[in-house]
Amino acid sequence: MIDPKERIARRIGRELSDGDLVNLGIGIPTLVSNYIPAGIRVFFQSENGIIGMGPLPEKGMENGDLTNAGGQCVTALPGSAIFDSAMSFSIIRGGHLDVTVLGGLQVDENGILANWMVPGRMVPGMGGAMDLVTGAKRVIVAMTHTSKGNPKIVKKCSLPITSNRRVDLIVTELAVIEPFPGGLMLKEKASDATVEEIQSLTEARLFVAEDLKDMV
Amino acid sequence: MRIVGMKETISLIKKDSSVMIGGFLGCGSPDCIINEIVENEISGLTLVANDTAFPEMGVGKLIVNKCASKIVVSHIGTNPETQRQMIEGELEVELVPQGTLAERIRAGGVGLGGILTPTGVGTVVQDGKKVVTIDGKDYLMELPLRADFALVKAKKADYFGNLVFSLTARNFNPLMVLACDTVIVEVEEIVPVGSLSPDEIHIPGVFVHYIAVGGRLQ
Repeated sequence: MIDPKERIARRIGRELSDGDLVNLGIGIPTLVSNYIPAGIRVFFQSENGIIGMGPLPEKGMENGDLTNAGGQCVTALPGSAIFDSAMSFSIIRGGHLDVTVLGGLQVDENGILANWMVPGRMVPGMGGAMDLVTGAKRVIVAMTHTSKGNPKIVKKCSLPITSNRRVDLIVTELAVIEPFPGGLMLKEKASDATVEEIQSLTEARLFVAEDLKDMV
Repeated sequence: MRIVGMKETISLIKKDSSVMIGGFLGCGSPDCIINEIVENEISGLTLVANDTAFPEMGVGKLIVNKCASKIVVSHIGTNPETQRQMIEGELEVELVPQGTLAERIRAGGVGLGGILTPTGVGTVVQDGKKVVTIDGKDYLMELPLRADFALVKAKKADYFGNLVFSLTARNFNPLMVLACDTVIVEVEEIVPVGSLSPDEIHIPGVFVHYIAVGGRLQ
């Protein structure tokens, strides 16, 4: 069976359209770059100031002045552009980014995301996450359905939230869920899971789409 | 603009100064100036930077060596020592969303009394801040940031102080130049006046007070 994280990344790849400007967060979101559907071209933006970020360089070809938002050396594709941090967040906050894919700690039944701190245990700081969730045209959350068996899709976030903006899509290894003003709509399910199983691993109530499909 | 030795840059910076430092997780930080601060055991600094990098890199070294008493940053997750000092109460940490940090620095440099941003509305970032509603949408009023010194890293300068940055080592550096009373720039090389095309220059030399050549580490 395909690794759960790869399954999530592959499904999110299918959400991207030709010409999209896309920002991928650290972790599962980074894997999405391996699953861009054939025939489309997307542009990767990184908040440290580049559009047109390419894959990791071959060993020995690193340039310390060319990194991604995780501090790793990357490459710049032909046609890429560099800018300062104010421009980078003008793109993000100003609604010029088509899609952001971020990891999540919790999403609640209003589609509100918490992904930047666990009080008393992990306080990394929000970095660019609050701007990304507030400003991108589409926010896709990539996360495993549960953490140590505990649901991550909850009635109400107990962790500090990232933005009061409702996210657009949640993709886990078990389900594709679309938040809407009335709650959370289960749009797709893993072919090896039943709706009842998915609901039992989800604290928030799931509405089931009439045209529920299997995840591909 | 004066060209100075690396050691002289540090004689300008006093204990308890406020200092903005360019860089993003160590990329584009003035590493030689940072090393001088550490060696001279300058302490009590208030730092404004994107992040505290890694313990052995960039701004991270200033944290490990206890040079700072307060930091204003967007991210500390890659430096466990920052988190430890924060939890122990040795270091005051103000966490600011990255885009808000960039605009607060920019506001400080361009004569704006603050900015209105939707980022942080309804989150803990809103605590204690004024909310302004415009056309039915809420914004936080965020205040400008300024500091005594900007410590900036550029790829090269000419002898007028005109600066050119390199790739993603640019990040916060150009914003900080305008937001500080004294601007100290570490460059890898100084080139003759006229050898840089006017179009190529990212920051005009009129803003730069001191330049020190650090060469290229790493």
